[in-house]
Amino acid sequence: MKTRIVKRPHLSFAERIYLPAILSGMRQTIRHFFGVVRDVLHWKEKSTAITMQYPEERWDFKDNFRGAPALVRDQHGREKCVACQICEFVCPPKAITIWPAEFEEGNKIEKYADRFEIDMLRCIYCGYCEEACPEEAIFLVKEAELVHTDKQSFVHDKGKLFEMGGIREDRILKWQNK
Amino acid sequence: MSLWDILGKFLHVLLVAGVGLTLLAAFLVWAERRVSAFIQDRLGPNRVGPAGLLQPIADLLKFIFKEDFSPGHVSKGLYFIAPALSLVPALLAFCVIPYARGMAIAPLNVGILIVFAISSIAVYGVTIGGWASNSKYSLLGGVRSSAQMISYELALGLSVIPVLLVVGELNMEAIVQWQLDHVWLVVPLFPAFLIFLIAGYAETNRLPFDIPEAEQELVAGYHTEYSAMKFALFFLAEYIHMITASALVVTLFFGGYHLPFVDVYPPGAWGTFLSGLVFLAKMAFFLFLFLWVRWTLPRFRYDQLMNLGWKILLPGSLILIMATAGVLVMLEAA
Repeated sequence: MKTRIVKRPHLSFAERIYLPAILSGMRQTIRHFFGVVRDVLHWKEKSTAITMQYPEERWDFKDNFRGAPALVRDQHGREKCVACQICEFVCPPKAITIWPAEFEEGNKIEKYADRFEIDMLRCIYCGYCEEACPEEAIFLVKEAELVHTDKQSFVHDKGKLFEMGGIREDRILKWQNK
Repeated sequence: MSLWDILGKFLHVLLVAGVGLTLLAAFLVWAERRVSAFIQDRLGPNRVGPAGLLQPIADLLKFIFKEDFSPGHVSKGLYFIAPALSLVPALLAFCVIPYARGMAIAPLNVGILIVFAISSIAVYGVTIGGWASNSKYSLLGGVRSSAQMISYELALGLSVIPVLLVVGELNMEAIVQWQLDHVWLVVPLFPAFLIFLIAGYAETNRLPFDIPEAEQELVAGYHTEYSAMKFALFFLAEYIHMITASALVVTLFFGGYHLPFVDVYPPGAWGTFLSGLVFLAKMAFFLFLFLWVRWTLPRFRYDQLMNLGWKILLPGSLILIMATAGVLVMLEAA
């Protein structure tokens, strides 16, 4: 085997007493220190500190974020869900339970959800309900912090679900034009 | 000495050790956490009180309410004495330091010697704590600490001798007075200051010399088996050691309470107060330096530590003593 002789680097006096290296290291740390000091005193836009002040600052979720499922209304305030129960059937962990009810004669839509419950302790945030819904009535919204102190509160009822979903613009409004 | 003198002294001690040093140490814990956070691009504790300033109180409450647990395998008597043995010398060493004009708890003629005599006792707190815990981590921490502190005490003591040679007195007040009259001793004796600072870091078990409690290898070193207030005492002792070390550096090399270009403080209590503030400001810088260095340098390996202490700092300080003596003799002859 061929031997390669690696020459040890010759250290200058400054390198051997370490102090210049230590000083340059200290310059580096103090730069970061004053960077955060500037951030804390709001001398300029937050630039160095990477800490997120949690309850005040929140994550900026992307639009396709899969948070908690919620029901939506269209721009006229109509509940879009027609209680077809496809989401209930497709839901892998069986988190969704729907009690459908019928409209009286004359309504274009036959059914509505009398009660609509999603058990968030079962929900796996897979998004199948959103995918399956033919009416674009259920969406996974950007809500990711569900904290309750008892099991019962984790079952989101219809009111809670509509409150979370809010209003979503519907460009087609198929029931109006039928 | 009348009864009033004794009472006044007692009050003085209570104010300095019980209120001043303890508050400063508590504040230092907060500063440590925030400075370390800033250096690592974080924010640190900023919730409790304005800018997190009340964090030490929250910490203290936590320490008080924690279970004061002592493991069954410890050697009981020593285990209980060790935290106190670690804290008391730290507080005692401060007594000779003139922290403001004419203000030292004990303005002794042997000043600096008392500091070294007392700070040597501090080794016992750590070593006994490590021994009494009857755990291998603690024992290793204690053993390392005693080896380290004994090694660096030599360099620490010897690096002060040039100062004493120049000033010609052991009294701390006299050392400060000399610097008031002439020049800060860091100027003529910079190498001595450097050795004193490095050895001081080792004596206080601070990074880069914190191998007695090297977390990665020894969990927490000598205080692994301690909890609640007993741990808090060790903790407090470490910070008060830092304060004492900074105060010593300021007194010996940076003119104590002397403010450059402003030679005299106004007479009376006002001037004394101002001089105390100046001392505090200088001390704050060196306390900051402790934190700054901690978050810059990695820990020394054990053999590197011993090499530095015995092969560089000790001969270095000896050479320095001879050089200083030589220069002084030449100046005398000239």
